[in-house]
Amino acid sequence: MSEPKAIKTTYREAVREALREAIIKDDRVFLMGEDVGHYGGCYAVSKGLLAEFGPERIRDTPLSELGYTGVGIGAALGGMRPIVEIMTVNFSLLALDQILNNAGTLLHMSGGQFNVPVVIRLATGAGKQLAAQHAHSLEGWYAHIPGIRIVTPATMEDARGMLWTALQDPDPVLIFENNTLYNMEGTLAENAGPVDIDKAMVRRPGKDLTIITYSASLFKALEAADTLAQQGIDAEVIDLRTLRPLDDATYLASIAKTHRALIVDEGWRSGSISAEISARIMEQGFYHLDLPVMRLCSAEVPMPYAKHMEEAAIPQVESIIAAAKRMVTHG
Amino acid sequence: MAEFRMPSLGADMETGTLVEWLVKPGDRVKRGDIIASVETQKGLFEVECFDDGIMGEPLVQAGQTVAVGTVLALIQGEGAAATPSEPPPSAVESPKAPKPEPAPAVPPPVTATPTAPSERILCSPVARKRAQELGIELSLLRGSGPNGAIQLSDVEQAAQASGRSTSERTAPSPSSTAQEGMRQAIAVAMSRSNREIPHYYLETEIDMSRPLAWLERENLKRPIRERILPAVLLLKATAKALVEIPELNGYWLDDRLQMSKAIHIGFAIAIRDGGLFTPAIHNVDQLSLSELMRALGDLIERSRTGRLRSSEMTDATMTLTNIGDLGVKTVFGVIYPPQVALVAFGRIMERPWAENGMLGVRRCVTATLSADHRATDGHRGSQFLDALNRHLQNPEEL
Repeated sequence: MSEPKAIKTTYREAVREALREAIIKDDRVFLMGEDVGHYGGCYAVSKGLLAEFGPERIRDTPLSELGYTGVGIGAALGGMRPIVEIMTVNFSLLALDQILNNAGTLLHMSGGQFNVPVVIRLATGAGKQLAAQHAHSLEGWYAHIPGIRIVTPATMEDARGMLWTALQDPDPVLIFENNTLYNMEGTLAENAGPVDIDKAMVRRPGKDLTIITYSASLFKALEAADTLAQQGIDAEVIDLRTLRPLDDATYLASIAKTHRALIVDEGWRSGSISAEISARIMEQGFYHLDLPVMRLCSAEVPMPYAKHMEEAAIPQVESIIAAAKRMVTHG
Repeated sequence: MAEFRMPSLGADMETGTLVEWLVKPGDRVKRGDIIASVETQKGLFEVECFDDGIMGEPLVQAGQTVAVGTVLALIQGEGAAATPSEPPPSAVESPKAPKPEPAPAVPPPVTATPTAPSERILCSPVARKRAQELGIELSLLRGSGPNGAIQLSDVEQAAQASGRSTSERTAPSPSSTAQEGMRQAIAVAMSRSNREIPHYYLETEIDMSRPLAWLERENLKRPIRERILPAVLLLKATAKALVEIPELNGYWLDDRLQMSKAIHIGFAIAIRDGGLFTPAIHNVDQLSLSELMRALGDLIERSRTGRLRSSEMTDATMTLTNIGDLGVKTVFGVIYPPQVALVAFGRIMERPWAENGMLGVRRCVTATLSADHRATDGHRGSQFLDALNRHLQNPEEL
């Protein structure tokens, strides 16, 4: 048997292929959201799908996040497998009532009678000069909510494979796609398919410190690790992949080996997912630590519009390198 | 209600093992009674209680090792009508609290320790754990981490330097534990002394002919068992000199000299299989030479049989070391913190001695004062040695 052929693709195309596969394989699946149909999606993810599958499966909605997210939840309760797309995470706050008070609670409030198999896709993150109402990273907030699963695909394989697994989950899954990743080019096995949505993954093994991150920051961390390696610092990089429920075992095992932990999170620092991870390390891995846990987060400001200020507000390769060096050499 | 706590029998002691309760719940105890024996790195000690009352149920059982400051038992005040059949007092005080059967996993906070408060050592959790596994004393390490925190690499380097295998990670074998423990305890105290105390040293030669001649005459009058050793003269003269120079008698605590009214002299006693104790002889200035001789004999006997009392281990206000037997001429002592001075005597031996233009042969001893320069200056120190000499030259008044 020969190796499966690797095809050149983009993150955007990988997500689109995942949508196509889901729509083809399961006739209960449909995509709904603002501009997903005729416009082809605000990030062109669903371009061409309306022509291919028709308005029954690719549904444009009014500018009403609360309304159509509620429709998605209702459809899921009614036996469908809806994929609701929300243009950016900032807009999702309008739908937060549906997500938290309905999607997250109905299984509990119905005494286990009504599960909500809805999948909600949201674009997140800064880096495209979209300013303070479009560019925040609120996935950490959502990870606070019981009853829903939060996944953050960073790699081609995860962009391609997480959607199908999410659709198989009997409960709500929110997929956060960092908008800077859509143009990312790479290769994907021709037969790439579903992947798990439970486990964090070591993307680069190392022994001197553990960098824990997710989504677009993963690639900054990997680039930083390459530079650090040239300077004699061997960093292990962990991609969380799923923010709720967190896979504690993977990063704790890494810290047991490296004794140093740096968390890189594009969210705001206070009350963030990085704070949660830091607390768990303290609770479960305290005696492995050789240094306090360090965090590199976004500046606690509304995301600036100006390019240089936006860059300065979020973790970058240089700031990851500097933080890691401080930790290893105390310089 | 008084709390009987695991005492701190030295600044270096962190935990102690309760070996035996010497009283039973319901027994009447009074201040000074020996009620338990405790084992530390330095050996076995009898621990006195500091309150009068009725002994409560033990909160810590024989064999348990607990942190310094852990409450071992409660002592009911005399007024209270406590009977042995009553539930333990702790249960009375807080009925909702579970009965503290085994030693609490987390010892209660130490509110007051009888010895100097030691600074917390900055050390990473993993380094602390590894040091424990390897039996490495953290206070001996220099940290290379942020703010001088000790890190894993510091512990492992120290382990390598001392030849301990970092891969084996086994505790020292039981047979060597006690001796190693004492070595560690001495190491901690002496390292702290050299790190923290700016020592100065003064040395003087003392003509011992007169005091020894007097002592020999005096001893002739005494039955053999009551004869007095020269060390007793040195002890008593030291105490009398301290009355005159009180700045050398006490502790350096909280960045200031805290002089002690009482003069309790720690007397260095070497242990046969290595290590040493410096138990205190209490109120040396107030004891007659005969009483002092008895106290010294008793102390030496008990240090060799491991029956020293807790207070003797902690309340020395100055230390005297006398290794004259071994033939050394001069001893430069290291102060036992938080004390501020140590006087050391070499061997009493015949030496040429010039006086009034004449050369003679006299029995002499070299007295050396090690003193804490934070507390006193050389001038004061030299007055002490001068007073010491003066008192030795008047042995009949000692």
